[in-house]
Amino acid sequence: MLEVSGITQIFGGVTALEDVSFSINKSDITGVIGPNGAGKTTLFNIITGIYTQTAGKVILEGRDVSGLPAERLAPLGMVRTFQNIELFGGMTVLENVMVGMHTRSSCGLLACSLKMPWAMKEESRIRAGALRWLEFAGIADLADVVAGNLPFGQGRLLEIARSLAVEPRIILMDEPAAGLNSQETLGLARLIRSIRDMGITVVLVEHDMELVMDICDRIVVLNLGKKLAEGTPREIQDNREVIAAYLGDE
Amino acid sequence: MKKELLKFLAFAVLVLAAPYALSGGYIMNVLVFVGINTMLAVALNLLLGYAGQISLGHAGFFGLGAYLSGILTTTAGWNPWLVMPLAAALVGVMAFVIGFPILKLKGHYLAMATLGLGIIIYIVFNETVDYTGGPSGLSGIPNLSAGSITFDSDVKNYYLIWSFTLAVCLFAINLANSRVGRALRAIHDSEVAARVVGVNARLLKVQIFALSAMISALAGSLYAHTMTFISPASFGFNFSIELLTMVVIGGLGSIYGSFLGAALLTLLPEFLRAAQDYDIVIYGGMLMVMVMFMPGGLVRGVPDLVRKLVKPRGGDRHA
Repeated sequence: MLEVSGITQIFGGVTALEDVSFSINKSDITGVIGPNGAGKTTLFNIITGIYTQTAGKVILEGRDVSGLPAERLAPLGMVRTFQNIELFGGMTVLENVMVGMHTRSSCGLLACSLKMPWAMKEESRIRAGALRWLEFAGIADLADVVAGNLPFGQGRLLEIARSLAVEPRIILMDEPAAGLNSQETLGLARLIRSIRDMGITVVLVEHDMELVMDICDRIVVLNLGKKLAEGTPREIQDNREVIAAYLGDE
Repeated sequence: MKKELLKFLAFAVLVLAAPYALSGGYIMNVLVFVGINTMLAVALNLLLGYAGQISLGHAGFFGLGAYLSGILTTTAGWNPWLVMPLAAALVGVMAFVIGFPILKLKGHYLAMATLGLGIIIYIVFNETVDYTGGPSGLSGIPNLSAGSITFDSDVKNYYLIWSFTLAVCLFAINLANSRVGRALRAIHDSEVAARVVGVNARLLKVQIFALSAMISALAGSLYAHTMTFISPASFGFNFSIELLTMVVIGGLGSIYGSFLGAALLTLLPEFLRAAQDYDIVIYGGMLMVMVMFMPGGLVRGVPDLVRKLVKPRGGDRHA
């Protein structure tokens, strides 16, 4: 599904990532973990076209997408969420998800402004589709609320609903459980599983080990910009190097 | 959607009926300016209020429309109705080409770049004396005519200008509530998130910049044909700032707000004649007060204020 090979990222004189390679299987939930400063978010930013890497390749479904900007990746089926949720704060919850359907609709500036019949038809398709995704995420009752007024937990669900509206084949989530209480985290775990059950590949960076061990099929461990280990949750839990990285050598 | 249409119809009826309630060439003449300024404020609002990109050079695009129409209909003797879309298209193409490098900039840098663009255009009007007449202006621009009607009286001009203004407003309202308008607002709120869901932010910003310039040029052409005389002084930096003030005072991201702002800033000087040169001080003061106490502009601030005054203290309204 997704393959990264030899990713290296140097900021000024600092090497944030060094020769990181791994591949992600279709319809798996893969966790990327590691201590603070391991380079997880940098890796996400490279894969999703926010940064351009110093060296290395990103292959999405057999296609080299290295260096493609973020807006070119959404139509190819890759989307992401952010650690500090990025919502369109001045727009309603429903409108946020409607923007998510941007690449699945096509009316241009003139057709929209002149309210051409096909533009109106597309508009109602977008609205109906967006509502369905809100229902899927369980926040349909908030459709008309201004997104900037949402509590954090619901904002997170909205960001996921908006990402799903892109109809991705792979979704990358940067610390989806950060800032959620235990009840919300349970709901999130259920949601992530049902996303996977739709055949969407999920990759997540996460610090909540309980969640990671519970829902992930595979785990990649980064430490100090390098890949430390890779395997099933079981294997990772028993890996001496991983334990050492988290708890210190002894 | 229905509500949006009703609001617009009410606005249109008000505008079309105004000449029956008000009389006198003077007030009609002022209202013609309100129409032109509304068009310009709506154009700038699409860029600033929706896409979140500033321009301090819009007076330049306004001037380009006016001069293209002025020169081509006098010296070259072309048909004004033909020149108008041509001028808008030319200015649109120009803005599109300039937009690509300029709109890579953000915040203050974008403000400086557009400021520079406006000033360059202003200097061109002054220096190309052979074409524009330089600082002393260009006169003898023909009035528009349709069939046997020539738009030469204040009331006729009022209807001419306001039919264009209403069309521009409706166009902008439709745009704002569409797929493209949502993408613009998304760029405003979080450009990175908009890009991640597939909005080509860079292209869209340039497109809206070009559209905004085209509407401004159209307003310029209409201005030239109603005034029949134009000079560079109308298209300088001060006017760009005045447009910005209209948009902010009226309310960013609101088409009716742009109308309110344009109306206020066009009518106010008529009442401030007594204040003479201090009018710019009053504008500045207004802008400061608005930004501090009504950041949403008149269109949101006034209803809020009314609600506060009407509702007794202690009444809980959090929504």
